[in-house]
Amino acid sequence: MKKLLLSSIIVMIGFTFIGRLSYLQLFSFSPDQTLEDPAIKAIYDYPERGYVYDRNGELMVGNQPAYDIMFIPREVKPLDTLEFCNLLGIDKPAFIEKLRRARIYSPRLPSVLVPQLSKEDYARLQEKMRHYVGFYIQKRSLRFYTTNSAANVLGYISEVNEGDLLNNPYYVAGELKGRTGIEKQYEEILRGRKGVKFIQKDRFNRDIGPYKNGKLDTLPEQGKEIHITLDKKLQEYGERLMNGKRGGIVAIDPKSGEILAMISGPTYDPALLVGRQRSKNYSKLHYDTISKPTWDRSILAEPSPGSPFKTMNALVALQEGVIDPSTKFRCYNGFYVGSQKKGCHCGGGVRDMNSGIYQSCNAYFAGTFRKIYEKYPTTDEGMDVWEKHMKSFGLGGYLGTDIPTGRPGRIPGKAFYDKWYGDGSWASSTIISNAIGQGEVAATPLQLANMTAAIANRGYFYTPHIIKNIGNTGAIDSRYTEPHQTTIDKEHFEPVIKGMANVYKYGTGRWVQIPDIEIAGKTGTVENFVRVNGERMQLTDHSVFVAFAPVENPKIALAVYIENGYYGSRYAGHIASLLIEKYIKGEITRKDLEKRMLEKTLEHEYAKPYSGEPFKINEYVW
Amino acid sequence: MSGKGLFGRLDWLTVFLYAFLVLIGWVNIYSTTLSDPNASLFDFSTLYGKQLFFIGLAFAGIILVLFIETNFFERFASIFYIISMVLLLGLFVFGKTIAGATSWYDLGFFNLQPSELAKVATALALAKYLSDIQTDIKNRKHQMYALIIILLPALLILPQPDPGSSLIYFSLFFVLFREGFPLYYLGILLTMVVLFATTLMFGTVWVAIGLAILTTLIFIFKRKSTKIPILPLTGVITISILFSLSVGFVYENVFEQRHRDRFALWLSLEKDEKKLEEIRKTIGYNTYQSEKAIESGGFFGKGFLEGTRTKGDFVPEQHTDYIFSSVGEEWGFMGTVTVILLFSFFFLRLIYIAERQKNDFSRMFGYGVISILLIHYFINIGMVIGLLPTIGVPLPFFSYGGSGLIFFTMLLFIFLKLDSNRLKDGI
Repeated sequence: MKKLLLSSIIVMIGFTFIGRLSYLQLFSFSPDQTLEDPAIKAIYDYPERGYVYDRNGELMVGNQPAYDIMFIPREVKPLDTLEFCNLLGIDKPAFIEKLRRARIYSPRLPSVLVPQLSKEDYARLQEKMRHYVGFYIQKRSLRFYTTNSAANVLGYISEVNEGDLLNNPYYVAGELKGRTGIEKQYEEILRGRKGVKFIQKDRFNRDIGPYKNGKLDTLPEQGKEIHITLDKKLQEYGERLMNGKRGGIVAIDPKSGEILAMISGPTYDPALLVGRQRSKNYSKLHYDTISKPTWDRSILAEPSPGSPFKTMNALVALQEGVIDPSTKFRCYNGFYVGSQKKGCHCGGGVRDMNSGIYQSCNAYFAGTFRKIYEKYPTTDEGMDVWEKHMKSFGLGGYLGTDIPTGRPGRIPGKAFYDKWYGDGSWASSTIISNAIGQGEVAATPLQLANMTAAIANRGYFYTPHIIKNIGNTGAIDSRYTEPHQTTIDKEHFEPVIKGMANVYKYGTGRWVQIPDIEIAGKTGTVENFVRVNGERMQLTDHSVFVAFAPVENPKIALAVYIENGYYGSRYAGHIASLLIEKYIKGEITRKDLEKRMLEKTLEHEYAKPYSGEPFKINEYVW
Repeated sequence: MSGKGLFGRLDWLTVFLYAFLVLIGWVNIYSTTLSDPNASLFDFSTLYGKQLFFIGLAFAGIILVLFIETNFFERFASIFYIISMVLLLGLFVFGKTIAGATSWYDLGFFNLQPSELAKVATALALAKYLSDIQTDIKNRKHQMYALIIILLPALLILPQPDPGSSLIYFSLFFVLFREGFPLYYLGILLTMVVLFATTLMFGTVWVAIGLAILTTLIFIFKRKSTKIPILPLTGVITISILFSLSVGFVYENVFEQRHRDRFALWLSLEKDEKKLEEIRKTIGYNTYQSEKAIESGGFFGKGFLEGTRTKGDFVPEQHTDYIFSSVGEEWGFMGTVTVILLFSFFFLRLIYIAERQKNDFSRMFGYGVISILLIHYFINIGMVIGLLPTIGVPLPFFSYGGSGLIFFTMLLFIFLKLDSNRLKDGI
C-alpha cells in the first residue's frame, strides 16, 4: 500500500489532466475562430460599389463619400458624454442605449454610432475624434443618383441589420446591402468583396504587426459596373407623364426581352433613400398606404387585363382551328348568356376578326370563346387547352425576370373554378367574362408588355430582364438570351396584328396616331371595384393600352395601365403613343398632346372614394 | 563495485526525459518571449536567451553535483538545512521585493530565491533524520521532529508572502507515508479538505445531514460483521460538524475577499451566472485567458510561433507560471498530452529508482525529490487548465527562471548521483 500510494496518485493526476484537456481542446474547441480571437483585429478595406449605366451608357447611379462614426465597445474609455453628444448632434440617452446594445452584440467588433455623415460634418469632427478613445471614423461610399427616376428598378441600399449579420457571415455591422431592385438582385456583383487585413494585437490592444505575416489577408475586389436595359431618357419621360396618375408602364424591346422602361406611379426620387434622412423618408413613403409610392405597380399590380386580352383569345381560337379570320359573329349591341344580355360598345352589326378587334366587340369574342370550348367534349378539357396556350405567353405565372419581386397574375384553371363554383357546376358560359379579359384573369403590366412582345415577334418572347451586361465581359445569364416559343403558330399572328394595326387606323385608338410610325395596339377599359371602410364600390374604369411599333419591324412593345383613367385611349393610349414616339423618333412632334398629358392629373378621381360623399364614375368630360 | 565509470552508472533514461522536458520548455519560452524574429538565440537581453544561459548554469551544476563525493550530501544535510533556514530568516532584513513578495537576494547578475534552495535542503535533512538508526517513525516524539523539519521552512516562507511555496513543503508528507507514517493522517487531511469544500458548497446543515445518512448506512451494513465503536464514531461526527461550523466562520472572517473570490470561482459557489462570468474575467482573468488559449489550440494546435494569444501576451506570466498554456495553444492536444505523459513516465521512473535503493537515506531523499517535483507539476498544470484555484508555483524544468531550473536540476541530479552509487552502498 505505502509503496503504491504515490504511483497511483501520479496515474490519477495524469488521467484527470488528460480528461480536462480533452474537454477543453477536443470538446469545447471550435475550428473557425479567427474573427472570435481577441488577439486578432480585422481591418476592412471597402471597394467602391459598382456604377450603374443605362442601355446607352449613360450613368444612372454613382457613388459619393460618406463617413460613419464607429466604435469598439471594449476600447471605449470614459469620456465627457455630454460634450461628445453635442458634437455629434445626438441625445445622451440614445447614445447610452447604443453603447449598451453594441456591447451585447459584441464588445470587440465595431458598431455604428452615427451613420453616414456628410463631408462637412466629417471635416468638422475629424480633428476632435482623437480625443475619444475607441471611436473612429470609417469612410464608406453612398449612392449618388444622376437621375430622379427609376427608384423602383434601381432599388436602394441600407445598413445591414441584425438578421443579415446572422444569416450571412460576410457582413459586418455598418456595411451596406442592397434591399430592393437591382441593388438587391446584383448585390454581390455591385458590392465586390471587401479586403481584410488581420492585425495581431497584444492584450493592451496594441498592434504588434500583421497576423501570420499577412498570409490570410485579402485585397479588396472591385465592385463591377453594370449596364441595365433601361433607357434613361424614356424612363424619365414616362415618369413625367405619370404626373398625378397611378399605374404602371412597362416597355420591352421584343427582339431581346430587354426592359426599356419600367414605370410605377406615383414614385419617388431615389436620392430620398440615401444618407441620414433615409429612414425618416422611408417611413413617410412606406406608410402612405393610399397612394403607395413604394409599391411597384409595374410588376406588383394585378388588374384584369381587359380588352387587350381579346387578342389572346383570337390567337387561341385560330390555333385550335375553331374559327378563321373571316368567321363572323353578329353583335346585338351586346350578347346573350342564357337569357342575360351583356353589353357592347362597338356599335353592333356583323363582325369578323379584323373589325372585332379594332372595334373591340364583346359579342365577337364571346362567340369565339364559346367555340374554343365547344371543340372539346368536356369543359374541363377545353379549359386545359386554353390554360396551356395562355401560360405559354408567360401569363398566370412568374416570368423569372431579374427583378427581385413580382406577382404571378392569374390564368384561372379547372382547379380554380372547381373551388369557386364546385366541381361540374361551371361551363364556358359561366366563365365567359374571360373572353373579354374582364373575368378572373389578371396580369401585371409586365406580363401584358411581355404578351405584346410575343405578339410583335409573331410567336416567341425572351424573358424580360433588366440586366444588359456586367462589367467588361458583358455576359449575362443564358435564361435571358434564349427565346421561349408560344404554342401559337406563326401564321395565326398576322390576322390579329392586322386587327391591332387597324385599331390605330380606324378603331378605338384612331385619335392617338403618330405621324410616320405604324403602330399595332389594343385598348382596354377595365371595370374595377374597391372596398373603402368595408363598403364595396365601383370606381371609374382603369385605362389600359398595349401596343408595339413599328408593325413590321417591332422595336418597342409596351403596356400602359392607368388606374381610373376611363377609356383605354384616353390616358393609357396617349401615354403609350408619346412613349413610342419618344423612343423611336427621339422627340415629340405633337407638343399639344404632350403638354396635356404632362399636366392632366387624376388626383380628383383618387380622392373620390375617400371623400365620404356619393360620387359619379366614368364621367365623360376630361 | 561495477566496472563502469560514473557516467555508465547514471540512469540515462531519466537524464534523457529531463533533457527532453527542458528542451520543450525552452522552445515554448522562446515562442512566448520572442519579439524580434531576427534576434540571435544567444541574445542574452531576451528572456529566452537568458533561459539558455540558465540551462548552461544548470549543466555546470550537474557536473558539480556528479563530481562531489556521495557521502557529502548525507553528511552535510543538517548544515545545509541550517544555512537555508538562516537565509530564509535573512530575507526579513536583506530581501529584495519582486512583485510584492520579499523572496529574493539580489546577487547583482542574478536574483537568488532561497526558498528554492531550502527545498533541496529540507528534502536532504528529512531523509537524513528519518534514516538515522535512532529514529523510529512510530514514535510520536520522532514524528513531531519530522513534522518540524518540514513545517519550519513553510512557516518562514508564508509571510514573504509566498503561500504557494509554503504549500510545496506539505508534499514531503509523502516521504513520511512511504516510511510508515500512519496513513490515517492522510485520511484526516482528506476528510478536512472534503468537509471544507462541501461546507462551502452546501452549507453546514446539509453536511450534518450527509454525515447522519453516512452513519446510518454504516450501521445497516456493518451491524452483523463487526461491533460498532459507538463512542469514537460519535466523537468523529461531532468534531466534523464543529469543523464544518468553523469553516463558515474562517471563510467569512479570516479569508480576504480575493481568496473568497478564488474559491467562489473554483467551486462555482456564485450561483448568479452573470456575477460568475464577471469574477471569471477579473479575479480569474489569468485562468480564463489560459483556458481560452489552451482551448483555441484544438487537437493539432496552431503551430510553433503561430499562437495568437501567446504572441499577443494575453496570458499573463505565460513564460513563467502559465507556460503550459503556450504548449496548449501552439501544439494542441497532441502537445499537452505528450507533456503529461512525459511527466507521468518521468515520475514513475523516479519511483522505480527510489525503490531500488538499498540505502535508506537515498530512498527517502528520492521520495522527497519526487514529492517536491510532483506537487509543483500538479498545482501548476491544475491551475493553468482551470482545475485548481490560482496558486503561483512554477512548472519544473519548463517555467522561465534561473533559481527554479537550477535547484530542480540539483534536486534531481543529487538523487541520480546517489542512485549511481547504490551498488557501492550494498557492499
